[in-house]
Amino acid sequence: MVPDAEFTSYYGRPIVKAAPWEHDIAYYLFTGGVAAGSSLLAAGADLTGRPGLRRVARLGSLGGLLSSIVFLVHDLGKPSRFLNMLRVAKLTSPMSVGTWILSIHGPFAALASMSELVGMLPARWQPAPVRLLLALGRPAGLAGALTAPPVAAYTAVLLADTATPAWHDAYEELPFVFCGSAAAASGGLGLIGAPLAESGPARAFAVGGALVELAAERRMERSMGISVETLHDGDAGRWMRMSLGLTAAGAVGAVVGRRSRVLSALSGAALMAGSFSTRMGVFEAGLASAKDPKYTVVPQRERLARGEPVRHEH
Amino acid sequence: MAEAHPVGFQWVMEAKKRGARIIHVDPRFTRTSAVAHQHVPIRVGSDIAFLGGIINHVLQNELDFREYVVSYTNAANIVSDKFQDVDDLDGLFSGFDAESRTYDPTSWQFAQEDDDEDLGRAQADDAGDTAEQRNTASGMQHEAHGMQVGAKPPRDETLQHPMCVFQVLKRHYARYTPEVVEQICGVSQEDFLAVCQAWTENSGRERTTALVYSVGWTQHSVGVQYIRAGAILQLLLGNMGRPGGGIMALRGHASIQGSTDIPTLYNILPGYLPMPNAEKHQTLTDWIDSVRNPGSKGFWANAGAYGINLLKAYWGDAATAENDYCFDYMPRITGDHGTYRTVLDMIDGKVKGYFLLGQNPAVGSAHGRAQRLGMANLDWLVVRDLFEIESATFWKDSPEVATGEIVPEECRTEVFLFPAASHVEKEGTFTQTQRMLQWREKAVEPPGDARSELWFFYHLGRMVRERLAGSTDERDRPLLDLAWDYPLHDEHGSEWGEPSAEDVLKEINGYEIATGRPLSGFGEMKDDGSTLGGCWIYAGVYADGVNQAARRKSRHDQSYVAPEWGWAWPMNRRLLYNRASADPEGRPWSERKAYVWWDEEAGEWTGKDVPDFEKKKAPSYRAPEGSDGVAAIEGIDPFIMQGDGKGALYAPQGLIDGPMPTHYEPVESPFRNLLHGQQGNPTRKEYRRADNPMNPDPREPGAAEVFPYVFTTSRLTEHHTAGAMSRYVEHLAELQPEMFVEVSPQLAEERGLEHMGWCHVVTARSAVEGRVMVTERLRPLRVEGRTVHQVWMPYHWGQGGLVSGDSTNDLFGISLDPNVLIQESKVGTCDVRPGRRPTGPALREYVEGYARRAGVLGDGGNAVVTASAEAQQESAAAQQGEQHSPQQQEDQ
Amino acid sequence: MTGPHSLFGPLDPAPDAGYVDAPSRKGFFTDTSVCIGCKACEVACKEWNDVPENLYEMLGTSYDNSHSLNANQWRHVAFIEQPAGRSSVGLPPSIGDAAPSRDSVDLGMPTLGAAPTDVPDDAKPDFRWLMSSDVCKHCTHAACLDVCPTGSLFRSEFGTVVVQDDICNGCGYCVAACPYGVIDRRRGPEGDPKVGIAQKCTLCYDRLTDNQRPACAQACPTESIQYGDVDELRERASARVATLHEQGVMDARLYGNDPDDGVGGTGAMFLLLDEPEVYGLPPDPVVTTKDLPQMARRAGMAAAAMLAGAAVSFLRRTP
Ligand SMILES: Nc1nc2c(c(=O)[nH]1)N[C@H]1C(S)=C(S)[C@@H](COP(=O)(O)OP(=O)(O)OC[C@H]3O[C@@H](n4cnc5c(=O)[nH]c(N)nc54)[C@H](O)[C@@H]3O)O[C@H]1N2
Ligand SMILES: Nc1nc2c(c(=O)[nH]1)N[C@H]1C(S)=C(S)[C@@H](COP(=O)(O)OP(=O)(O)OC[C@H]3O[C@@H](n4cnc5c(=O)[nH]c(N)nc54)[C@H](O)[C@@H]3O)O[C@H]1N2
Ligand code: SF4
Ligand code: SF4
Ligand code: SF4
Ligand code: SF4
Ligand code: SF4
Ligand SMILES: [Mo]
Repeated sequence: MVPDAEFTSYYGRPIVKAAPWEHDIAYYLFTGGVAAGSSLLAAGADLTGRPGLRRVARLGSLGGLLSSIVFLVHDLGKPSRFLNMLRVAKLTSPMSVGTWILSIHGPFAALASMSELVGMLPARWQPAPVRLLLALGRPAGLAGALTAPPVAAYTAVLLADTATPAWHDAYEELPFVFCGSAAAASGGLGLIGAPLAESGPARAFAVGGALVELAAERRMERSMGISVETLHDGDAGRWMRMSLGLTAAGAVGAVVGRRSRVLSALSGAALMAGSFSTRMGVFEAGLASAKDPKYTVVPQRERLARGEPVRHEH
Repeated sequence: MAEAHPVGFQWVMEAKKRGARIIHVDPRFTRTSAVAHQHVPIRVGSDIAFLGGIINHVLQNELDFREYVVSYTNAANIVSDKFQDVDDLDGLFSGFDAESRTYDPTSWQFAQEDDDEDLGRAQADDAGDTAEQRNTASGMQHEAHGMQVGAKPPRDETLQHPMCVFQVLKRHYARYTPEVVEQICGVSQEDFLAVCQAWTENSGRERTTALVYSVGWTQHSVGVQYIRAGAILQLLLGNMGRPGGGIMALRGHASIQGSTDIPTLYNILPGYLPMPNAEKHQTLTDWIDSVRNPGSKGFWANAGAYGINLLKAYWGDAATAENDYCFDYMPRITGDHGTYRTVLDMIDGKVKGYFLLGQNPAVGSAHGRAQRLGMANLDWLVVRDLFEIESATFWKDSPEVATGEIVPEECRTEVFLFPAASHVEKEGTFTQTQRMLQWREKAVEPPGDARSELWFFYHLGRMVRERLAGSTDERDRPLLDLAWDYPLHDEHGSEWGEPSAEDVLKEINGYEIATGRPLSGFGEMKDDGSTLGGCWIYAGVYADGVNQAARRKSRHDQSYVAPEWGWAWPMNRRLLYNRASADPEGRPWSERKAYVWWDEEAGEWTGKDVPDFEKKKAPSYRAPEGSDGVAAIEGIDPFIMQGDGKGALYAPQGLIDGPMPTHYEPVESPFRNLLHGQQGNPTRKEYRRADNPMNPDPREPGAAEVFPYVFTTSRLTEHHTAGAMSRYVEHLAELQPEMFVEVSPQLAEERGLEHMGWCHVVTARSAVEGRVMVTERLRPLRVEGRTVHQVWMPYHWGQGGLVSGDSTNDLFGISLDPNVLIQESKVGTCDVRPGRRPTGPALREYVEGYARRAGVLGDGGNAVVTASAEAQQESAAAQQGEQHSPQQQEDQ
Repeated sequence: MTGPHSLFGPLDPAPDAGYVDAPSRKGFFTDTSVCIGCKACEVACKEWNDVPENLYEMLGTSYDNSHSLNANQWRHVAFIEQPAGRSSVGLPPSIGDAAPSRDSVDLGMPTLGAAPTDVPDDAKPDFRWLMSSDVCKHCTHAACLDVCPTGSLFRSEFGTVVVQDDICNGCGYCVAACPYGVIDRRRGPEGDPKVGIAQKCTLCYDRLTDNQRPACAQACPTESIQYGDVDELRERASARVATLHEQGVMDARLYGNDPDDGVGGTGAMFLLLDEPEVYGLPPDPVVTTKDLPQMARRAGMAAAAMLAGAAVSFLRRTP
């Protein structure tokens, strides 16, 4: 049992500032993950001839994308501010890189989804240009799929590349947690929307993602240091416990209930909710860790006490 | 100093960097203490005991700078053997008249070789009439025109004569032992001795110590004697007139020094000339002689020239030798016309109209309620200010409106609020703490209708004169004959232009009337009407037709004395009495401390500063028998404005409350005077009336329970005085947004106060509330074996501004130092209670409940003369036949 | 972004940012041992830079009512009331406030009742009142600048870090990235044109370009804030700390003057009299982008794994 860290602060005031982000960003982490995973599933379904899965995945991708953009723009205040980011491309800024990734992925994914939507129209409402769209569906879907994993992964860097203790401390595992979570959520969506016959890959993707997420999360908790407390306490703790329960239950349900449409759908919903909870939990933990100076001071102080300050070695 | 003079404090920090040791003596731990080497917490109002202790330490251990003391101070002067000290008279000096509560200072005088007639002459008009002197704050005049002692009192330079000042002083302070200091001040002996050691070790030939004080010392019923105690110590240690030494009075407002030099006071005229007295100064000669004091040494001998130049500046061509330079036009002083008397007179309906310029008494002056009730009982009030301050809005939003004492609909005072131009919106000078004038250009145009004071008064005068033009009434002559013509800055040539401030400065400097040539110094002022000048000590600020105050040569491009930055009076001298920086032979006391010295070859005084001595008068000069005035100043008399040319360890005159500082308790104190039966300053100025009750004497039963704590008030760096210039300004207001009360953790526990909760402080005058600030910066002290809790409050809040709060000054009553009539606003007794104070009429009931329980409701409070009856009789008897005219007691 | 030290290690930032013939790097040395807490720096900064009101609230934290550095407070003077001897790490500072983390910090409210009034004065602990004027550090490796997605934050020719109000999109990323909690988005007052925009000390860029000292340094009466060439200031800081040590002030230490530290040394360095965290400063700050390459690698691996995972999911069996 480690004794409670004793430390000094300035009237208990935070040292680093919490990201001034509303829950929009946490929602975006989730919807972006759903969009990314769905792009992958959609492309696979398309290639392997699973139209049912393809449809739900493509719609999930589009829905995920659109809501992502809504959340991002809402956080920034107005659309032009989003475009403002495209004035530069900056490798040191995960937000810049992410914006570019989204900007590249988005059109392909959107195109693929559009073709799906168009395909759903009665044939007589499909004039030539629209049919061209149908033809573009597969290549766009493939391009979207190839650019999708970065969409899911970059958000981990986006959070980790800050002075927010719980986020930065998690930078090694957070991409795996987020990618796993994206897979689980998008797979879950597949389970909800696709017929049993076609949902195998979604099930596999979801369960695999859930396992990766849970494993990476355990590992992350061990490596974070004291800021892990913020994943256990308060709102973040509640979210993380929900996440664990839902994801585990969803994964088990997905396997056990693989012959039941209802069980599969329920498991899919649980996985999605689990993924959402993960994002909320990580988001909240970060904010909490920034607000309490302990998580900034104690690790740094311990580093100094060990005689291992962060110094550049010549 | 760091709190209220942060910019000046840079020099203290600079000195610290160069090795100076900083000691801060203050009841509370402040921003100054934070960077000082030693902080000495002291009980408010006990500094004379503390300083007396150090004086005693110096005298008992012979640590004084003997050569300096013998040559340059009055240590060797022999005091009349009629003098009796406080130890013999239960805290009174000899000559006390209990009825008027004043001293006849005859017995305090130096012994005279000849007869009593001589003594009388030496004292000129000073011996009698001390009650009147108190009313007219005559200490202010003595401040500059020096003591009127005979030029050559008997001396014993061995300092052995039992009645020589040195021995008198030694006996007087013998009781101020480290134990007594600890008992009275709550300062540990260890702290006290550390201060003694630091001060004495750092004084002498090679080293000097500077003493800095400000209103923590002045706003007491013994304020002047605080400063006297500091002066005695600095003289004993040879720290006066020497670089790195001295006593620095930190002044307040940007040009408050300027407004004492060219005063906004009722009792003095420019250059510290006394305001003529209606009875005593019937003629010009009466008036001049009262300043000149025939028989004394010093430069006041030329007072005639200074006075006549002033009259010529006022009345120009109309002032002629035949009409005594219009001396009859001068207003005369008849008694107490001080601000507090005036306010009480307002309450009594004796004052009809009032001009309030750049002052906010509703918040800034003691007894806020009296201030506001007074102003609410005028016919008209003119307020000129930057903001619509509490002193202009009292009729609609003061606390008295809440209590029902002022009814807006019925308040008869018509308030005229004029917007004033601020210092950056007009040209002129500031005279700062070091007597230095600095010219200021106008940076921006004043907004809207805001105008300068110069504009306001010039045009007010012009209009009044226009109304009176053609009047044959004699009483209008003084106005009609005024020299009221200043060139106006106005491109349109309209009559409403801004008068040229530089032109006014030129007139203040003075010039030769025939040629208009500016005077280069007061030495050029003539008493024959051929020159005029508005303020003799400022003569030279416009020498050679150059605005010397506007000089801005960087200190890096000149000597450390920096004589070419601005201009300091008198004669651009940066250090007064600097003759004392050289030994009696005129050689620097030490190489390190060389400042001004006698150059034998050139036959003149020279050095880094303008010598404060006649340039060609050799150290060996001795005055011929019978000489007086400037001729009587000998080569070894550095204190050239004093009647005997010596620094005054002992002040036989000029002070109403005694020749030497002695410890008295503040007017309100929870402690009995440990040293004497006489509790407080027996001669203090009091206004005893039902609306000005003072908290009870500690010997009265129950006093300690009703008002058990001591409170003190002062400034925050973040705010300025009565707050208009900070509470109404965003960037400052947010820095200290709420009125608060600082208490020690111990007091917080005793009274159940919670950090950041509310509390209120109560006196017999009012109750004010604020947020509780629990801090270890305040610590309880052990005084006379008891614990005393001190409470501290800033005094910057009022009901107006961006941030508002209760006004601390509502807590104080009016009780003044007798010499200069400054209010005791640094110390009082109080109660502190958790929670907010009652509001509305309930507030008055609440406060009166306290006053009733304390036994001071209605009659005005504690006893003033508490020395034993025998002591009073004995003291009175020491007047020795001097006919003392009983004064009418003015303090009802 | 050219050299091997662009993300970490000693660096002269202006040339690294591509300036040719940049003037020598400018910065501050704030010597808190001579600070008198007058707040002239706070006011001068607001006056010159037209920074609006911060908050009108008495915080009860000694004389600090400005709370912290933020978008409306580019200089912040900290006040720490401290009985001497309590100055080491692990012991609480002074009076606490209503910060959320009450239980994790001993806020050190003067312990009521603990100190009996009858203790003789000499036995009472001596008292320290520390004051320190904090400001943006103008880091050699400035996380805020690194992460800014719009290029609103830029490195000036003086090596300082400046926000361009008209380019900032208010994403708030810089806020979370700064290891010192300096930069912030402006929240008010209502109607202020810069609400929502990131704001912080510009090191008075507009004065520097006119060869003028920053307003805060100009106003500081005690030369607690010294402005100048960073190289020269580093030497001055070392000399000052040596002097203080000679005088027996063994608590004196420098902060931010080591070019090998986690942010490559700061452009604004400090002489402190206690541990940094006592003043609300991180004891061993590191620019977050130091780890960016590794973050990118891990993200790449995760992305690849996700792609592979998706592929595998479809490989197993076809319908
Ligand atoms: N920021 C700021 N600066 C100002 C002003 C302002 O309002 N704000 N006002 C200006 C004006 S008008 C003036 S007059 C000056 C005044 O300047 P100061 O005199 O420095 O101002 P105060 O803060 O009133 O009082 C100084 C100290 O005296 C202490 N004190 C109180 N009673 C006693 C006592 O009995 N003995 C001793 N030893 N100390 C005592 C108080 O605790 C306080 O710390 O400041 C000027 N400068
Ligand atoms: N309890 C307590 N009371 C005190 C003190 C204390 O220490 N304790 N200190 C005392 C001292 S030392 C002082 S000096 C007084 C100060 O008390 P006041 O003089 O009553 O208060 P200030 O706020 O300085 O008032 C100055 C006014 O002048 C205005 N003003 C500024 N510039 C100009 C100008 O150019 N023209 C005109 N017409 N107006 C201008 C300002 O807006 C302000 O309202 O308070 C005294 N009262
Ligand atoms: S306000 Fe003006 S006069 Fe007062 S300290 Fe500051 S600069 Fe000096
Ligand atoms: S201190 Fe923070 S805001 Fe300032 S340059 Fe460094 S990272 Fe940026
Ligand atoms: S808030 Fe503005 S300055 Fe900060 S990172 Fe975003 S765009 Fe850049
Ligand atoms: S350098 Fe300029 S912007 Fe920065 S704190 Fe100082 S005054 Fe403010
Ligand atoms: S840094 Fe300078 S200006 Fe700022 S509070 Fe300290 S002494 Fe005053
Ligand atoms: Mo004052």
